[in-house]
Amino acid sequence: MEVPENVKKKVTIPFEEHFFAGHTACQGCGASLALRYVLKAYGKKTIIAIPACCSTIIAGPWPYSTLNVPLFHTAFETTGAVISGIEAGLKALGYKVKGDDGIMVVGWAGDGGTADIGLQALSGMLERGHDAVYIMYDNEAYMNTGIQRSSSTPYGAWTTNTPGGKRHFLEKKHKKKVIDIVIAHRIPYAATASIAYPEDLIRKLKKAQKIPGPSFIQLFAPCPTGWRAPTDKTIELARLAVQTAYFPLFEYENGKYKINMPNPKKEPKPIEEFLKLQGRFKYMTKEDVEILQKWVLDEWERLKKLAEVFG
Amino acid sequence: MEYKPIKKVISGNYAAAYAALHARVQVVAAYPITPQTSIIEKIAEFIANGEADIQYIPVESEHSAMAACIGASATGARVFTATSAQGLALMHEMLHWASNARLPIVMVDVNRAMAPPWSVWDDQTDSLSQRDTGWMQFYAENNQEVYDGVLMAFRVAETVNLPAMVIESAFILSHTYDIVEMIPQELVDEFLPPRKPLYTLTDFDNPIAVGGLATPADYYEFRYKIAMAMEKAKEVIKEVGREFGERFGRDYSQMIETAYIDDADFVFMGMGSLMGTVKEAVDILRREGYKVGYAKVRWFRPFPREELIEIAERVKGIAVLDRNFSFGQEGILFNEAKGVLYNTGLRPIMKNYIVGLGGRDFTVKDAKVIADDMRKLIERGKLDKEVEWYHLKR
Ligand SMILES: Cc1ncc(C[n+]2csc(CCOP(=O)(O)OP(=O)(O)O)c2C)c(N)n1
Ligand code: SF4
Repeated sequence: MEVPENVKKKVTIPFEEHFFAGHTACQGCGASLALRYVLKAYGKKTIIAIPACCSTIIAGPWPYSTLNVPLFHTAFETTGAVISGIEAGLKALGYKVKGDDGIMVVGWAGDGGTADIGLQALSGMLERGHDAVYIMYDNEAYMNTGIQRSSSTPYGAWTTNTPGGKRHFLEKKHKKKVIDIVIAHRIPYAATASIAYPEDLIRKLKKAQKIPGPSFIQLFAPCPTGWRAPTDKTIELARLAVQTAYFPLFEYENGKYKINMPNPKKEPKPIEEFLKLQGRFKYMTKEDVEILQKWVLDEWERLKKLAEVFG
Repeated sequence: MEYKPIKKVISGNYAAAYAALHARVQVVAAYPITPQTSIIEKIAEFIANGEADIQYIPVESEHSAMAACIGASATGARVFTATSAQGLALMHEMLHWASNARLPIVMVDVNRAMAPPWSVWDDQTDSLSQRDTGWMQFYAENNQEVYDGVLMAFRVAETVNLPAMVIESAFILSHTYDIVEMIPQELVDEFLPPRKPLYTLTDFDNPIAVGGLATPADYYEFRYKIAMAMEKAKEVIKEVGREFGERFGRDYSQMIETAYIDDADFVFMGMGSLMGTVKEAVDILRREGYKVGYAKVRWFRPFPREELIEIAERVKGIAVLDRNFSFGQEGILFNEAKGVLYNTGLRPIMKNYIVGLGGRDFTVKDAKVIADDMRKLIERGKLDKEVEWYHLKR
């Protein structure tokens, strides 16, 4: 597709679309927007594997597909393994994989399929060094099965299997730092990204494409349905997650950490700004908010130190 | 090229590895488990020595092994793996994925008993538990059949687009050395040309989505097509088995291999290495005047219904030997065979002998005891009991 005259040159987001309208995501779905960006970045020579998750549904029922690329729907916990196989199969058949003109093999899985049931397969794929990109879209719960907790669900969040009740709420665990587990594999490239910062996201996706070996991107993708948030606040929520340092943007490249915050000098905003737009945190007391705030700032300090020492 | 076999004394596992090599498999993903391990070690050795150009994925679990095989097969590559017992059970979910996505992966399962208690010895319950996954199942009697079975399985699987398991027994075959006649590569290549996939993930101009949600309006037909592919597989199996015989002298056109069936009062029926012992026993029993025959079920899926009926038309009794058991019911082969005959009106005396579980030795002497029992039952014209746990310590 040609870029219209009135679109300025400095736009870095590819104009072409490989994610069609008419998909079945909820209104304001962050995940579907994220997937759209991924396909913009990688173009039509992409093979994508999607396990059981909201995206299975978003991609459309048989015989339809919202995605204009070959798609293999796979079992919930197999994303890492199935993309390992796809990569190996392509190589066996003589195709070039990854890099500028190679086929992009992409695993696209939710936080549940990544941080929980699929962690083993992800670890195997990273450790063996397959030329593929694994993208975890993080909506912080199992949305496809009706909003149950995952290990990526934050402290205090209501979900249907860790509800908030009259006396207390059940989600007492902090969000698992999946990316730290990924980095422990010392893969060439890992990054966090957000749909609120699409240019940063596209840049990271392109980088993941260029670097041989496995890459991992944890992509923050709010879910208005599961977060009990207005459907027009998705981007704002994604932005606030970064601005509060709840979900900081950074890259890990060949042993080096680099923080990519939009305003690096600015102090993080208070976490309440992120929480107050969502119904899932309404059971939290002031003390609970403090517990979460402390965790956020501790983690932020930790990341800054890593960037200082290994920058 | 004239067929001159390459004779080698090798284990069942090495027979499997050589067959995979000769089948020119392109991707192998596997996870070790006794007694399967040496299959993959041998393949890894081929790769290390430059004898094979295979993408080899030493995965972190059997579940991932099958998932990786599935991914690779979906690109159009020829894919092989091997496992056993707990490993096969861990793969279970993905076995459905392979068949339902119509991917002709071939796997060797080394029949081993399920834990607990731990056992590494022969037992068919692991593979028979996968009966309904949509995989074809070939039970090898000896190392030669392991080798031949893998080559034929690829031909059949890639013709009907369903995966296939070749099953050999733990230690009795997997680690026991025997003469295997291997086929020169050029002749294997003629028998097994490169795979022509049903679909691939590499058509970027006409991208397809495999495995998306199907509503009740469509799911049913997907199942019917698989059922039809399995039905068609019977013809393909017989044809490929006949061709194999013509090319290489070992005929596999019978899905149930029979002997002495024409004038037999009763036959032994069973699967796998067990039937090697039974063959030996039948020869001896014949000399001693027993009118006994032999029916070795080679392919359990698809089930050779028609061939079983032909056998049942001729005999008064069938002794079904099951090295497996379905709790709450009976031996699995017995159960299936009885089911086939119900609507035919054929009523041979059928008795189920549960034998050899967890590697308990089954000898010619045991076959003789069973033959005496069957003789008595046929004379009397009625069963004493349906299921006999033959080796039970009383
Ligand atoms: C083995 C297995 N267990 C459970 C399920 C049910 N299941 C399907 S999707 C899903 C949750 C997916 O959550 P996540 O990966 O976070 O993606 P999201 O739905 O939030 O997009 C679950 C539990 C399954 N498909 N397979
Ligand atoms: S539940 Fe959430 S992630 Fe799933 S489609 Fe709806 S908005 Fe998107």
